[in-house]
Amino acid sequence: MTTTETTSGSKVLGQRVLRREDPKLLTGEAKFSDDLDIPGALHMAVLRSTVAHARITSIDTSAAKSRPGVVAVYTYDDLKDDWAGPMPCAWPVTADMKNPAHFPLANGKVNYVGDGVAVVLAHSKTAAVDALEAIEVGYEELDPVLDLEESLADSNVIHSEIGTNLSYTWELIPNKEAVDDAFAKAAYTVSERYIQQRLVPSAMEPRAVVVVPAPFGGDYTVYSATQVPHILKVMLALTVGVSETKLRVVAPSVGGGFGSKLNVYAEEVLALALARKLRRPVRWTEERSENAVATIHGRGQIQNIELAADADGKVTAVRVNLVADMGAYLQLVTPGIPLLGAFLYHGVYDIPNYSFTCRSVFTNKTPTDAYRGAGRPEATYAIERAMDALARKVGVSAVEIRKRNFIPTEKFPYNSAAGLVFDSGDYLTNFNKALDMMGMDELLAEKKLRIDAGSRKLLGIGISFFVEMCGLAPSRVLASLNYGAGGWEAATVRILPTSKIQVVTGTAPHGQGHETAWSMIVAEKLGVPLADIEVLHSDTAIAPYGMDTYGSRSLAVGGSAIHIATERVLDKAKAIAAHQLEVAEEDLDYAEGVFTVKGSPDRAFPLAAAALEAFTAHNLPDGMEPNLEASVSWDPPNFTFPYGSHIAVVEVDTETGKVDLVRYQAVDDCGNRVNPLIIEGQVHGGIAQGVAQALFEEASYDSAGNLISATLADYLVPSAAELPSFELGETVTPSPTNPLGVKGIGEAGTIASTPAVMNAIVDALSHLGIENIEMPASPERVWRAISAATRK
Amino acid sequence: MFPSTFDYVRAGSVAEAISILDGSDDAKLIAGGHSLLPLMKLRLAAPSTLVDIGRLSELNYIEDRGDHVAIGALTRHRDLETSAVLKHSVPILSHVAGEVGDPAVRHRGTIGGSIAHGDGASDLPAAVLALDATMVVRSASGERTVPAANFFKGFLETDLGQGEVLTEIRVPKVSGGWAYKKFNRRAQDWAIVGVAVVRNGSTRISLVNMGSTPLRASASENAINQGASIEEAANLASEGIDPPSDLNASAEYRRHLASVLVRRALQEASA
Ligand SMILES: Cc1cc2nc3c(=O)[nH]c(=O)nc-3n(C[C@H](O)[C@H](O)[C@H](O)COP(=O)(O)OP(=O)(O)OC[C@H]3O[C@@H](n4cnc5c(N)ncnc54)[C@H](O)[C@@H]3O)c2cc1C
Repeated sequence: MTTTETTSGSKVLGQRVLRREDPKLLTGEAKFSDDLDIPGALHMAVLRSTVAHARITSIDTSAAKSRPGVVAVYTYDDLKDDWAGPMPCAWPVTADMKNPAHFPLANGKVNYVGDGVAVVLAHSKTAAVDALEAIEVGYEELDPVLDLEESLADSNVIHSEIGTNLSYTWELIPNKEAVDDAFAKAAYTVSERYIQQRLVPSAMEPRAVVVVPAPFGGDYTVYSATQVPHILKVMLALTVGVSETKLRVVAPSVGGGFGSKLNVYAEEVLALALARKLRRPVRWTEERSENAVATIHGRGQIQNIELAADADGKVTAVRVNLVADMGAYLQLVTPGIPLLGAFLYHGVYDIPNYSFTCRSVFTNKTPTDAYRGAGRPEATYAIERAMDALARKVGVSAVEIRKRNFIPTEKFPYNSAAGLVFDSGDYLTNFNKALDMMGMDELLAEKKLRIDAGSRKLLGIGISFFVEMCGLAPSRVLASLNYGAGGWEAATVRILPTSKIQVVTGTAPHGQGHETAWSMIVAEKLGVPLADIEVLHSDTAIAPYGMDTYGSRSLAVGGSAIHIATERVLDKAKAIAAHQLEVAEEDLDYAEGVFTVKGSPDRAFPLAAAALEAFTAHNLPDGMEPNLEASVSWDPPNFTFPYGSHIAVVEVDTETGKVDLVRYQAVDDCGNRVNPLIIEGQVHGGIAQGVAQALFEEASYDSAGNLISATLADYLVPSAAELPSFELGETVTPSPTNPLGVKGIGEAGTIASTPAVMNAIVDALSHLGIENIEMPASPERVWRAISAATRK
Repeated sequence: MFPSTFDYVRAGSVAEAISILDGSDDAKLIAGGHSLLPLMKLRLAAPSTLVDIGRLSELNYIEDRGDHVAIGALTRHRDLETSAVLKHSVPILSHVAGEVGDPAVRHRGTIGGSIAHGDGASDLPAAVLALDATMVVRSASGERTVPAANFFKGFLETDLGQGEVLTEIRVPKVSGGWAYKKFNRRAQDWAIVGVAVVRNGSTRISLVNMGSTPLRASASENAINQGASIEEAANLASEGIDPPSDLNASAEYRRHLASVLVRRALQEASA
């Protein structure tokens, strides 16, 4: 645990300021979408397909319609004129990408268990849910496509209108000959195959939406448990066919998202379309087991990674072939997820030759999309597991192989073979700090002792050194990837007549603590009390522009926009103060909310007075507009590249196969540290989520395509009881890409921890000849691997 | 996650509960609700009426009765876990109660509900089986007792008939060693396999989640009672038993676990 720290020269930044969001959340004052009391709202319930792949032969809604409390029941045929187009996919990654039309309700055919078939509106939630049971659907079942490689073979095509299960092939191969040459000349090669299982994001608050038509004017307010109110507004306008000027999207308190609420969902489209059709408020809250099938899943890839290395174990080339599971349809950014990792398969290593290919296929399963880390955990997993495999081949330690291959500090800014410019880094310093903190020598001695003593509890130490690209992103770079939007962020800072400060941000926090962190950025610059600053967000009527919150972008991009807007406001205040004091601006100092004349500190003009002057406008410099306000839309010049060393220690019970995580240490470098308390919270949650992938969580399907881990009794989200107290440290390498020098920390823990744990398990068992175990490393899987190895 | 519509009656006494049950063909008792309500929410159970006996204090007690301890059916897991009487005379039972679910579950769930539910994956039914406890059952026609060995009949099926209330569990005091081994992946989970060992003169071993009911590991019991080594006895843990396969474990792995856990439990109970 780190103690109080302060970024040099600052007063507020770097302090462990308690989150101002928490009292509201803890006392229940905060309101989530389902808490909103909207008189007269109709409750919506969606009938979902119980089969993975089938033609719909009949739907009989008559009995459901006559049930008490039911107002309406609709199918695709009833609503096909109630929307303007299919569900949006905003990331057509290639010009020839196949994107089958996807509507809020199934059009004659269902393609996954959970696909919407009919919708009920009733006076109560229970009446709506009961009516679902009265709808009769006839299915002519088709064989489901569940396996990725089987899907690729195209022997059973899901969407016959596109003629193939392959959505797209995306390649990043700057120089194929050089890669082939490196492999031909390699002293060592490794060729690994890893499976990224599907994960259910499981945010604490399920999805929810409430659409309220205005009493006049044709306007709608959409309350949604979303990470992306701004994107949702644009997409709902286009998809439902409502003018964007008539839509206000509000994300009330949102209970986590992890990427699963970075989307536009059928229920949001249905609620708006039906509120318009019936001129009534419509509301829907997802049930927990519905969440498991109707909200996007994460990961879902087969990864083939090959490394070529010279005689010293220096890696000369990396070649990656992915097959990525899109699920049944493309949701908002489904096809782009593998691309977010595509540039990072060389990890933190100086690898000159690069080859990446991804083939993305449809399956009869819930659509996949962004899940905490999105693409980058997959890349980190593959390279960090493969580096350990290489170390075993070369006969050096996991520590040594990394030290031999790190991008050297003097090469920053570093031009990667994949075409990125890494902003800043000092990997060796970070790594050495982590190794020191961990006490590696004692651990290695203890590990050996246990093997020698024939202990049934073996120790394994796993290293994962990650780098990620976040702060998504320069808009021009996004354009080159065919992403449907920019990567800028908007901010407005205004100092009101009473000198209270409003900060309007386009980020959309759902648990991250932006209100606290953003007010710290402003307080730092202005030297005013935190309590005077209010952060407004997540309401498109208040914050009309924004790119929302995902991809660890909010601080690096949104925070920077706020910082710049604050600077502009301060500049304007300074001009007013100079005018009032009749001195040149250069002659003014500023501290703690007061301008003073250099050399005569008794001649002072407070910021509060400047705010009032700006408001009354009685005596402003010639040509100056009234009011103390600045709006900024800031487009970052580059990504940021946070990194860090994560080390896991596991104990493996060789009799039962059970793995216990006994220590976990993370030394992260996220650039300058705005609020260490928030950073640690993000790292803790992130580690837990990555450990969950390694040890616990898996969306398991049976051979008919039913999700059999559809409750939280079967889908094993770990709790604190399964995790050790995390040991955290840090290094600070400011990013030169933004004025705050920050990098992003929201996904770091998740990205790094999965390979750290898996490397630790393999490390515990490698002397038995075990090189890989599939995730999650359940006791049975580990036991089977040990049994097979010891039987040999 | 919404149950079908049902009627709700709170019974003021055991007699009243029995008479309501007798007047209906599918009314169900609800005690802590922690097994019944999940089934109802998944719509795997849809009783027309719930008869709430959860607050009947007449059935909430733990009493020392000389050679045995009598436990009222509505005693919460948490009360078993913290009972001085049990810790002294039947320590395995308070230990097992402390292994059930999480604190919220233990504050609501009752021993009677757990046993009446008769889930082969539950902890307390296996414990009372290893303890050779006796169930006291009341109905309109009076009271009868059923030994644990005859109580669990099949998947979620017990010797209880419609109109019968489990009122008391009588547990013999334990003088010898005991052990409970619960193997699961998360602290709050059900056992993937569990093993209870009670050495009270002879040795009794019961298994959790190795079949549709709690089971005795008879082959292991016979072996150990006839002087076999712990290792030999443990290897017989799943003899004659056909364990289920599910997401957490295949039948083969369950058999293996049963042997490992029986061995560990016997070692601990003998230490
Ligand atoms: C999240 C969660 C985790 C859990 N984890 C575990 C675990 O790890 N191990 C474990 O063993 N259990 C676990 N349980 C189950 C828990 O122990 C239940 O409380 C217990 O199984 C049932 O007790 P109850 O009082 O809640 O019964 P109820 O749910 O009220 O009733 C269960 C059944 O018994 C009947 N019944 C109840 N009382 C009587 C009576 N006196 N006479 C006749 N019939 C009666 C009811 O009609 C119903 O059919 C868990 C439950 C939950 C929700």
